[in-house]
Amino acid sequence: MAETYTSRLEEAISWARKYSLFTYPFATACCAMEFMATMAPKYDIARFGAEFPRFSPRQADLLFIVGTIVEKQAPVLLRIWEQMAEPKYVIAFGVCASTGGFYQNYSTVPGADQIVPVDVYIPGCPPRPEQVLDGLMLLQKKIQEGTTWVQQRDRREREKGIEPPRPRPRRLPVIS
Amino acid sequence: MAKADLDKLVATFPEAIVATHSHCGDETAVVLPSHLSEIMRWLKESGGFDLLVDLTAVDYLGRDPRFEVVYHLRSMQTGNRLRIKVQIGEIEGGPPPEVDSVVSIWPAANWMEREVWDLYGIRFAGHPDLRRVLLYEEFVGHPLRKDYPKERRQPLVRRENLLP
Repeated sequence: MAETYTSRLEEAISWARKYSLFTYPFATACCAMEFMATMAPKYDIARFGAEFPRFSPRQADLLFIVGTIVEKQAPVLLRIWEQMAEPKYVIAFGVCASTGGFYQNYSTVPGADQIVPVDVYIPGCPPRPEQVLDGLMLLQKKIQEGTTWVQQRDRREREKGIEPPRPRPRRLPVIS
Repeated sequence: MAKADLDKLVATFPEAIVATHSHCGDETAVVLPSHLSEIMRWLKESGGFDLLVDLTAVDYLGRDPRFEVVYHLRSMQTGNRLRIKVQIGEIEGGPPPEVDSVVSIWPAANWMEREVWDLYGIRFAGHPDLRRVLLYEEFVGHPLRKDYPKERRQPLVRRENLLP
């Protein structure tokens, strides 16, 4: 009986969370133009409860990696992800964020998933706003099912008996 | 046209000019590295080339001398353009190749020379602050050299076990 209550409660919490995503746009390249179009009234990401970009990672729970990530920037991306509020989700926006795209060279990270755990990959160079909304809806589905990376990690840790608060994120060396 | 400027340069420094090239208003002079500072100062002060448009390098792997540093100059008064090239080789296992810095002539050369050092490993003697400008300090090597392996990565951060 208690298990039923817990799962119903978790379902309700997941339902609330998936419709109140606060996005942190980590916009580094031309994909940002499509992100702006997605945010703007014509495509209107607000219909899915994710209209509120927060420019502080501490107030956000959805990290949009919009564009190419270079090696020099990778520590910054990791620090931003570590600073975000739990539970947090990551979307790789466009092929550069997903795989490095056509940049196969000394400077580019071959996919943001080398740095942070990515839940949804949106292909395209750049993706159309419809694809972005499709990716967001896929993320909402994953949140409801509890299959995002952070939710799965939490479940694994609960089974092992580890409870929050977790150890603080390690400090990274400052790169001047 | 800049042909007159090129002729004047050749007449003034006949011993320092390795080769010249002139085609459709596109004038180039290859000069000796030992005379570079002197020629550049003369071009700025007497030739009127007051704008350094670009400074870059080319790696001709397998040729001797291997590297070529290219300077694109422009005169704001006459609108003439002139390209100066200087060829420098490298000693196997020796110090990195070096040419004279032109920062004291055109301050705009500062970051461009840093970029050439960063990506090609050519040093500039007399540069006030020759550090990497695009890549990070931990980076080893100079990636735009033709013998830099295409697949080599030098990551600052990688995380393991990120799959669910």
